[in-house]
Amino acid sequence: MQSNAALEYDYTVAKLFTYTAIVFGFVGMLIGTLIAAQLAFPDLNYLLGEYGTFSRLRPLHTNVVVYGFTLSGIWATFYYSAQRMMKVSMAESKFLMALGKLHFLLYLVAAVGLVLSLGMGISTSKEYAQMEWPLDVLVVLIWVIWGMSIFGLIGIRREKALYITMWYFIACFLGVAMLYLFNNMEVPTYFVAGVGSIMHSVSMYAGTNDALVQWWWGHNAVAFVFTVPIVGMIYYFLPKESGQAVYSYKLSLLSFWGLMFVYLWAGSHHLLWSTVPDWMQSMGSIFSVILILPSWGSAINMLLTMKGEWNQLTENPLIKLMVLSSTFYMLSTLEGPIQAVKSVNAIAHFTDWIPGHVHDGVLGWVAFMIMAALMHMAPRMFKRELYSKKLIEAQFWIQTTAVVLYFTSMWIAGITQGMMWRAVDEYGNLMYSFIDTVTVLHPYYAIRALSGVLFLTGFVMFAYNMVMTMVASRAISEEPQSATPMA
Amino acid sequence: MFHWLEKRPFFFAVGVFLVIAFAGLVEILPNFAEAARPVKGLKPYSVLELAGKEVYKKDNCIACHSQLIRPFKAETDRYGQYSLSGEYAYDRPFLWGSKRTGPDLHRVGNYRTTDWHENHMWDPQSVVPGSIMPAYKHQFTNEADLATAYAEAVTVKTLFNTPYGDDVQPGQAAWDAYKPKVVAEAKKIAADMKNQDVKDMVAAGKVPEIVALIAYLNRLK
Repeated sequence: MQSNAALEYDYTVAKLFTYTAIVFGFVGMLIGTLIAAQLAFPDLNYLLGEYGTFSRLRPLHTNVVVYGFTLSGIWATFYYSAQRMMKVSMAESKFLMALGKLHFLLYLVAAVGLVLSLGMGISTSKEYAQMEWPLDVLVVLIWVIWGMSIFGLIGIRREKALYITMWYFIACFLGVAMLYLFNNMEVPTYFVAGVGSIMHSVSMYAGTNDALVQWWWGHNAVAFVFTVPIVGMIYYFLPKESGQAVYSYKLSLLSFWGLMFVYLWAGSHHLLWSTVPDWMQSMGSIFSVILILPSWGSAINMLLTMKGEWNQLTENPLIKLMVLSSTFYMLSTLEGPIQAVKSVNAIAHFTDWIPGHVHDGVLGWVAFMIMAALMHMAPRMFKRELYSKKLIEAQFWIQTTAVVLYFTSMWIAGITQGMMWRAVDEYGNLMYSFIDTVTVLHPYYAIRALSGVLFLTGFVMFAYNMVMTMVASRAISEEPQSATPMA
Repeated sequence: MFHWLEKRPFFFAVGVFLVIAFAGLVEILPNFAEAARPVKGLKPYSVLELAGKEVYKKDNCIACHSQLIRPFKAETDRYGQYSLSGEYAYDRPFLWGSKRTGPDLHRVGNYRTTDWHENHMWDPQSVVPGSIMPAYKHQFTNEADLATAYAEAVTVKTLFNTPYGDDVQPGQAAWDAYKPKVVAEAKKIAADMKNQDVKDMVAAGKVPEIVALIAYLNRLK
């Protein structure tokens, strides 16, 4: 291909990951809504026999939304945007094309394996790393293939300087690779003992060490799956959708390198008041507070990118989704450091305030950003305008209400429970038995279940909008410059 | 420097890796040098207890229960002595949990009995009115995977020098020879239970999950 000819980008792989993002998003959020309802109405635990209890479904929920929905979203946007940022088409290399398809295929196999094995209760019980060793091996393979895709595309790029979004994709790849390998060091017992299940393994680390490695991973899975690539996405899609240049290159530099350096230290804030050495706990606390700087740096950079163009907020619902998403990112990255202060953590830890915090991040920030990105991509990949603007507007308000209901109810629930656990009467005796602190939460659990239903409803609207865009929307002849066309 | 890096993906990637790996080097590695030593008198989990730990993992009790008592009076009053690092020396993986939808279990063996657990797993609301925990009746019929628990004991003995006896050896023959000891331990638990199906199963040399789980929970002290 002549370098001056218009490039025809190939979105085959991006489309495949878009489909799975929609499917896994729906499944993961459906399970999430069910388990939220189970806490309010325990009879719902018996819908699927032994496979339907809260405890069995909870890791299925987290894994399907993290590794199903979010990773699919990340890879859909990667295979879409990397070509465009580096001015190179997947179609130019048969090898990279095959690699991309293999990436998707193995990912599907791993996803099916994950759902089946967690459903059966085959689990290492390490949070967000529940997969047993055969699946871990597969994940490593998938990750290596993605790495080859990244650096393969980089190898044949025409645009020499890597755009900000590529920095974040590279960081996501490296960070997860390092952390995943270390955290999943485990020995399959069958090969040592010659008896028992071939699926079982035992961790290389014991007790406190295992906890440290696990939360070094657990925290940074949040960093390198829920933050880094999503920040990368907004750096690409907000300027593209709004037609505005990124406000400050220097601020993006500071935020990127700051985030890289600071994030990893903060993992031990999950282990405050535990048996890990005190100095590590303090480091976790301190770096969590410092983390506000690079997080807000990116968020403010994005908000300022809209400078002088705030009218777009009323005209374009995708801009609205992205700006709100950036705002929730600020809320979440302020809330996290507050919870990491040792005295606050003494009350907050083990309570519902923590899932509350997680969800204002993952619903308000991650899910909003991924949905906005996919809706930006759809008309460009399928050459049709978005099916319905009204539907996006309605979805926006339903889901925003859902997120607000989620975190406010969980704030109240968490602080209520944390205070009740430590309340003493005038003689210094504990005032409440544990079950008192459970039954009091019923209304908040019910509100959270409602919030789940609302968010899921919004997601179904999004899915419907996407499908109708693919099959029934009006065709567009040339690619839109900035604002996504929608009916 | 940054402009230079952005045009050189290899050095850029190396730079990112060094910056993110730095925290791990400083914060994570030093603790491994003085890996948690067991507290005095700590015994490794018996094979039956390990099988129970597998039930705990399979039904994912960690979703709602912690095993970490923090050093606050409100916690030591409620659950007992705060947790010590050396108590977890044989915990692979650690099962501290991150959420207390139900109470902490690190010392549940001190204040709950076999009988209590049996009633509780069958019908939680019968012993704790208002409880939102589901019943785990399938644990009364599913058979615990003793062979895999034994394999774990062999593995940690071989690789990490966990002090098991000389009778814990690799191979089917060694396991066949060892199994009666596990069943004998299960029989002691079953003797305190009232569910006839469970008693019958154990008498026939098969150990239901509930028996292994109770052995594990009773051990948490």
